Amino acid sequence: MNEKELQVQQRREVHPAGEPTKPEKHFLPAVDIYETEQAVTVVAEMPGVAREGVEISLEEGVLTLQGERCNHDAKGAVLLREYESGRYVRRFTVSEAIDQENIAATMANGVLSLVLPKVAPAKPRRIEVKGG
Amino acid sequence: MAIIRFRDRPYLRNPWSDFERMRHDMDALMRSLGGEAGPGQGAMVYPLLNIFEDSDNIYVHGEVPGVLPDDLDISVEGDTLLIKGERKSCLGGEQVSYHRREIQCGTFSRAITLPTRVNLDGVSARSVDGILSITLPKAEDVKPRQVEVKVG
Repeated sequence: MNEKELQVQQRREVHPAGEPTKPEKHFLPAVDIYETEQAVTVVAEMPGVAREGVEISLEEGVLTLQGERCNHDAKGAVLLREYESGRYVRRFTVSEAIDQENIAATMANGVLSLVLPKVAPAKPRRIEVKGG
Repeated sequence: MAIIRFRDRPYLRNPWSDFERMRHDMDALMRSLGGEAGPGQGAMVYPLLNIFEDSDNIYVHGEVPGVLPDDLDISVEGDTLLIKGERKSCLGGEQVSYHRREIQCGTFSRAITLPTRVNLDGVSARSVDGILSITLPKAEDVKPRQVEVKVG
């Protein structure tokens, strides 16, 4: 039983290279990354992003996660504004060899889970030193 | 648990209301000098909320990524809205090694004093893509009423 009380995490804003044409903010989603023998899993928190709004790419070892937020904001007068909406962008350098064909992504309740299967586990290769 | 009191509630018989208004105006002035209003204002209590109103409803939106709709518990008592819940989906096992751990799990509860009375029967809530939206219809007698101006 996890009885820890959740704390507010300050959302980190990033400024992408080059000026964006749309005046929107870019945020870094909070992520968990963990590795098993078979795969690397990336879990990213992107509240407000629907399945259609997610873009994932893996190019030359750089994994890019992007999330476009649907407009959930209601109209009317603002009484309280504690969070802002914008795009989510985050990049990682992946050092493991990834089987690009079998990358699987799911999106549920604003959380993206991305499973990056490793290419056949690298076997340690022993190099024998021969006597001359 | 944080309770937010709205500034624009009528401070009847509150001798400090003028000072409070002055302080609010000062805050607004400081904000306008320091660029647009950023995060970090309001109570930093999970979940962060945006609240809007129109003439019929109050809309409360909160960011609750990873919280299943079944784990949310929303109740209205008088003019207090209570949002409780738990984020359970803590992954992890014995065989995994974490590279990064930024996502937290745990319970949360937050109470908000609503600016007006609401019609308790009409309150609805839904959770889509990690955004909780609660719609609270205002009570009939606090809705603005159009007054027609007659000629003659």
